[in-house]
Amino acid sequence: MAVGTELGSSLFLPKLAELLKVEPLSEKEKLFQLRLKDGSRLNHKPGQFVEVSVLGIGEAPISISSSPTRDDSFELVVRMVGNLTGALHRLQPGDTVGIRGPFGNGFPVSELLKRDLLFVAGGIGLCPLRSMIQHAIDKREQFGRIILLYGCRQPAEQLFRGELGEWRQRPDIEILESVDRCPVDVAWEGSVGVITTLFPQVSIDPGKTTALVVGPPVMYRFVVAECLKQGIAKERILLSLERRMKCGMGFCGHCQINNRYVCQDGPVFSYAELSRLGEAEL
Amino acid sequence: MDVFITSKADFDSSIQRMIQQNEIYGVKRKTPSFAFDRLVAAEELCLDYDITVLPPTKYLLPPTESLIKFKLAPEPSIRSSAEAQPCILIGIHPDDLHAIKLLDAVFTGSLTDVNYLARRRATTIVGVDCVNPWPYSFAASMGTAIPPRIFDLWLTDLGDEYLVEVGSARGEDLRKRYLKTRRAREVDLRQRNKVRQDWLKKYQLSLDMPPQEIPKVLDEAWHSPLWEELGQKCLACGSCTMVCPTCICFDVRDGIELNLKEGERYRRWDSCMFDGFAKVASGENFRPTGTARLRHRLYRKGKYMLERYGELGCVGCGRCVHACLVDIASPVAAYNRLAKEAR
Repeated sequence: MAVGTELGSSLFLPKLAELLKVEPLSEKEKLFQLRLKDGSRLNHKPGQFVEVSVLGIGEAPISISSSPTRDDSFELVVRMVGNLTGALHRLQPGDTVGIRGPFGNGFPVSELLKRDLLFVAGGIGLCPLRSMIQHAIDKREQFGRIILLYGCRQPAEQLFRGELGEWRQRPDIEILESVDRCPVDVAWEGSVGVITTLFPQVSIDPGKTTALVVGPPVMYRFVVAECLKQGIAKERILLSLERRMKCGMGFCGHCQINNRYVCQDGPVFSYAELSRLGEAEL
Repeated sequence: MDVFITSKADFDSSIQRMIQQNEIYGVKRKTPSFAFDRLVAAEELCLDYDITVLPPTKYLLPPTESLIKFKLAPEPSIRSSAEAQPCILIGIHPDDLHAIKLLDAVFTGSLTDVNYLARRRATTIVGVDCVNPWPYSFAASMGTAIPPRIFDLWLTDLGDEYLVEVGSARGEDLRKRYLKTRRAREVDLRQRNKVRQDWLKKYQLSLDMPPQEIPKVLDEAWHSPLWEELGQKCLACGSCTMVCPTCICFDVRDGIELNLKEGERYRRWDSCMFDGFAKVASGENFRPTGTARLRHRLYRKGKYMLERYGELGCVGCGRCVHACLVDIASPVAAYNRLAKEAR
């Protein structure tokens, strides 16, 4: 035990952050742009998360959806599902929240250099992936192809529609979109069906490709099977996992999968690693 | 080794003086059990007890503990509430001290939990060898019936005297200030070894393998029928984890004052055996069955903690064996059964 050292500052102590912008993205999701009040940068890596506090209500782990390559602010997308996220949705620009982190490993950016990046986003899974997509766009020459497969339940649930429009205009990004179902009165140019229906529509070089997959748990088994079928190595299939990360430091126990703590060792894991963990059920 | 002898009569008056000048928590009789509690008189202290209902880790990781305090108005502000009053814990058994060694590794490892560290540093540990192991303990076979060297003072009951081993400068200071001692002789040390060997023989339950082998047994046991067999009986009451000296999982909550202007964030004991422990806001529950939760608990104790922190997560105290309402929590029964299945 480190008996002689200084106590140091508490890792439970959030920094205060100001909401710069609050913007609805869909019926249930809002985008929050924040800046730390002490003037420091968050210094996060794509794929990491923060613990967001509404003081008096509580704290929740939220993935960072903007790239550190942009500016000194950062963005979070929050789906309203409970007390804390409900309280967040009631906040206005100028209001204050608490931020701890960033936590977790994030995407292994250095291992992705020169690789073709196959992003597979299911619903709100686009939010953590967006931090890496923006990073790859901002340092475009460092990466190979950028392919995005984006599946939602229906067209109205698509997030970042404006930004998706910009990405579609770029010749150096390939985007394929699907919805599980499309109401008859809604115009939709993408595919209809689950996200795996997009795989046959794209031709990849499996040896050069790393898949970055984020979506609901039910999606992973099917998407992993498709990636393997395409010939992508187990080590090159990266998944970001959602768990109940209360403390972010590997203390509280809630996010444990076998002997791994998602908050510290993850949230990004390779399928090679997850396939050895019985509790990952992949 | 700095080892001394004090008579029991002298020891009692030393404790009385200690109580007058310090905050002391010791083992008291709470018929029909024993419990760590604040001492107000030396005669309350009971050092030949079998087991306490809750382990002494409750002083290092309290059932509820403030983490931060905040003000919402006029301007939002937050401060840490990590602080601790100096205190002396007297009567810790060897297995419970092994548990504290694990907690040290968890909370003061690559990341420091300053709330824990503040309490740990403020706590002087005076331990005692277990004279009367209770029938549910299997500490001897776990190698945890002899204390790790993280105590300040250690006592061994030699009949009319205590042998006092000094483990730290803080312990030496305590001895000099309060205890009336003479240096122990070779014969005293031989006597300690002898009585320790006698007490080790009193443990009724035992692990059928060296404790380091538990992870190997578990490596082959993921699909054992045992988990379903035990899991379907589990009430998800959390009793096994609430009494466990190495169970450290916690929930984090906010509380707010009636003035709605200030409040605190606190942690409180949680249990991986509760059905909502691994449930996320979207409604997904990553450990939805008693079977999955019970398996996780026994893997965490017998494998994960060792792999991560270098110490087994079970010290063999047997509290969970006794606390379980449906008799399924025993680590020693589970590990022995799995070892038998493997053979």
